Amino acid sequence: MTATNLLPRNRRPADGPSPGSARTKRRRRPGLMLTLGLTGLGLLVVLAVVAPWIWGDRAEELGPSVHLGSSGEHWLGTDALGRDIFARTMVATRLTLELSALATLIASTVGITLGTLIWVSGPRIRAVGLRVIDVMISYPAVILALAIAAILDPGPKACVIAIGAAGSPSFARLTANLAASVAGRDFVGSARLLGVGPLRLMRRHILPNIAEPLLVLLSVSYAHTLMALSGLSFLGLGVQLPDYDWGQLLAGGLQSLYTNPVEAVGPAVAIVLAGLSASFVGDGLAAAANRSRRADAPAKATKPAEANAAAAVGTAPAVPDDAVLVVDDLRVLRKDGTALVDGVSFHIGAAEIVGVVGESGSGKSLTAMAAARLLPGGLHATARTAELRHPDSAALDLVAPGAENAETRRRLAVEIGIVYQDPSASFNPALKLGGQLTETLRVHLKASRREAREQAIEQLDFVRLTDPASRLRQYPHELSGGMRQRAMIAAALLTRPRLIIADEPTTALDVTVQAEVLRLLRAANERDGTAMLFISHDIAVVGDLCDRVLVMYAGRLVEELTAEDVREGRARHPYTQALLAATPRLDTAAAAPAESAGGPEASAGEPASAEPVRTLAAIPGRPPQPDERPPGCAFAPRCPQVLAACHDTPPPVHSPAPGLSVLCHLEQAGARTGETGTDKPLEAAR
Amino acid sequence: MALANHPSAAAPGGAAAGPPAPPGTAGAPTAPGGLRGVLASPWLVFAMRRLGGVALVLTVLVTLTFAIVQLMPGDPARVAAGNNATPEQLTQMRHDLGLDKSVAAQFGDYVAGLFRGDLGHSFQTEEKVSDIITDRLPYTAELALLGVAVVLVVGVPLGMAIAVACRDGRRRRLDGGFTLATGLVGSTPEYVLGTLLVLVIGIQLEWLPVAGAATPSALVLPVVAISLGPVCTIARIVRRETSVVLAQDYLRTARGRRLPARRLYLRHALPNLLTSTLTLAGLLLAGLLGGTVVIESVFAWPGLGTRVVEAITLRDLPVIQGVVLVLGVLACLLNLLIDIVLGLLDPRTLSGKAAS
Repeated sequence: MTATNLLPRNRRPADGPSPGSARTKRRRRPGLMLTLGLTGLGLLVVLAVVAPWIWGDRAEELGPSVHLGSSGEHWLGTDALGRDIFARTMVATRLTLELSALATLIASTVGITLGTLIWVSGPRIRAVGLRVIDVMISYPAVILALAIAAILDPGPKACVIAIGAAGSPSFARLTANLAASVAGRDFVGSARLLGVGPLRLMRRHILPNIAEPLLVLLSVSYAHTLMALSGLSFLGLGVQLPDYDWGQLLAGGLQSLYTNPVEAVGPAVAIVLAGLSASFVGDGLAAAANRSRRADAPAKATKPAEANAAAAVGTAPAVPDDAVLVVDDLRVLRKDGTALVDGVSFHIGAAEIVGVVGESGSGKSLTAMAAARLLPGGLHATARTAELRHPDSAALDLVAPGAENAETRRRLAVEIGIVYQDPSASFNPALKLGGQLTETLRVHLKASRREAREQAIEQLDFVRLTDPASRLRQYPHELSGGMRQRAMIAAALLTRPRLIIADEPTTALDVTVQAEVLRLLRAANERDGTAMLFISHDIAVVGDLCDRVLVMYAGRLVEELTAEDVREGRARHPYTQALLAATPRLDTAAAAPAESAGGPEASAGEPASAEPVRTLAAIPGRPPQPDERPPGCAFAPRCPQVLAACHDTPPPVHSPAPGLSVLCHLEQAGARTGETGTDKPLEAAR
Repeated sequence: MALANHPSAAAPGGAAAGPPAPPGTAGAPTAPGGLRGVLASPWLVFAMRRLGGVALVLTVLVTLTFAIVQLMPGDPARVAAGNNATPEQLTQMRHDLGLDKSVAAQFGDYVAGLFRGDLGHSFQTEEKVSDIITDRLPYTAELALLGVAVVLVVGVPLGMAIAVACRDGRRRRLDGGFTLATGLVGSTPEYVLGTLLVLVIGIQLEWLPVAGAATPSALVLPVVAISLGPVCTIARIVRRETSVVLAQDYLRTARGRRLPARRLYLRHALPNLLTSTLTLAGLLLAGLLGGTVVIESVFAWPGLGTRVVEAITLRDLPVIQGVVLVLGVLACLLNLLIDIVLGLLDPRTLSGKAAS
């Protein structure tokens, strides 16, 4: 079929977490939180058990001196009857924790049962039930507690029932929602096919799989319960004298707040610490869960590429006078100095379309984003030269460090148009199209609302969106994916840029739309003479649209060739040959985009399922991670024509003609054994 | 250069693009206007859905408050007439309260009374419950609404500022401090915060009044007490949501337009993170009403909260019924308000699918 593990850039599943000091540091924090929380709760439980034995008598002992301030004998003072507040706070731990646990138990039992019932009782009842729960959940627990406290006499029983009842909807919702998501998975489907009933399905297959989020909710709910119960006691509706919990003690402290403020401190601190511990456990658990999930999808910034700065550097080819973009020895580096793009040099002439092709992680998109001066955070670019040239004004440095001034920003915005990979993610979902399309005109070119609108309509018309005027009033989600990408192209064209950077503009689109988008890009190039940097993983598409093609592998340019070479299958580098061999053979070049689109791009549109499993027989293996790169040629481990020197010695640059170059040992060894019929017309390339 | 380089609309550059597709072909946007436009309006769907929700809440509230009298152990007439009432007086009281009728008839009377605005009379003070509510509701509403306003006005910018300052793993220490501080304050209940505020600012420093509602400055401490916790929680949510939004492709698109920072964050990031934030925070803000009820006791605030606590202690049933009902309606309206704001910010939430 087609070439290798090619996935949309930012959806590429990870091979695994890559080492890096920043990541390790981030990972440690939630663990600390969980530890703190568990320690706190543990101590409280111990205290709840032992405190009545240790301080029980002292807590009830009436003293002669009432409302004492803090002293050596009474750390937290004494209350209205001369009892020691510290001892009472300690003793109250047991009742407070017990009541909270009881209420949480009620909330979770009732809630999980309710959620299970809602889930097993068929789609119609489920929809109504979830709606009812949504309403209940948004209802303040305290008010429900007031009603229940009014029904039953005020006291701990009423409060526990009330807070328990008020807390149950959140458990019910979580259970029902999670069950629904787990139930969609394959193993549940299989169990159902085998005739497992809904209740058993819930108990055996679903509950164990949703235990983790439920546990998080349980600890968060415990914190809330504790605070709500103490609050009710504080109001005088909860625990009644002679019993006492923290809330009750705090209420007592409040009464004498003017005369003896220290009385309030003990119970206040106790409530806060207990609530905090339980929340920490919840947060910590949630963070741990997130972490294990995120391990499957690490940050975008970690893109595999080359790391060897000592390796050969692409030569600066002769740059024509009319070049729009000139890049010489571009490197994109992580903070730790790892080079993700390693010494890339190329130029784009006026009205020229240059394609960059390579696998995911080859650094092609980073090269494009560096050229657009839009690198993601944490990465920076260096280069001998990287500039956008202009016949009438100074060249614009694209890798100058530091903040850009207003004029630079204006020129970047106006002179570079960018078409992004995923049209559905690249428009702001909350803003209407009109505002987004005309923003650069309005902000940087100070166009009036009407002028900007008219130009937007003109460009939308150009990209053949029907009824452009009303499109401007629509939100992105009201358009189909293909329409959005056409609108994106219109947006890029609006400022009449000198350069368009198209970063895999067809990858996320379905087959029929791709050809249309490519035609539009070509039409824009012909109409305005706009130079274009076109990134794709599909070498056939690139060969059809572009004038020149750059092949990238592991952060480096490995070959530069003409589109004609690509179309006719003439390549020097074994990697390019492999890419070509992985593309369906085409008899006529004109049919290239439409047919090849059935290959990698179509599959890449569905990120999850199109995982590297699709690795093609033509190119076994994967590109190396930036930090696992061999000292020699990065392609050597996968190369069918590998020589002894390839593994250890960086390949030299061989440039048979202007505009052609290749980075390969085979060129010198003269030992080519091309397998795709690519060896014959080498000299005929130009 | 500016617009000078642009071919004006009078010289359409689209000529090279071939004939534009004729209008009205497939894929044309649905034109608003006409009856179909109205029926298809997401706001109408939204209104129907929410109306159903409000009706549901009202039904539950009315039933629940009615049930208070039915479910409470003991005889409400005895509570009303006092412990020393003679059997005759008791019978009279049962008749006056309608307790001698069937449950269905009582419920009918209760609902009919609600429609007339008649919530009965307080057992203790003989005041009309509707008068008590009209007296006290403004105080509670004032606290709750100011609280909501403070939470949004302080919490959202705070969270955003931290997220922007700490983006891409910068300023780790600030981030850690923020997480710790907001975690601490966020999990401190409002009555503890209130007590501490009274202690420090009211009593030790004597800056602000700590009780009553006589002067506008008396509002400060109660509002701070109820909003401080939710401010921290919201700020944390916003901080997380902002980081998510900042990593989105559409923000890179906006960055590609080289917008000024203020425009980038306010126009492009804010609406998107508000949607998710408010969805999560809706519960928090409704819960703030509960906090108001509690905090009124700390500051001797003459609102519904202090009154209902008093009524529960004295078993003053009509007052409890009335106040619980009104507080419930208030919570419901608060939720509705949040959903309307959400709908204005992001019309996608109107369908109810975007919200989780």
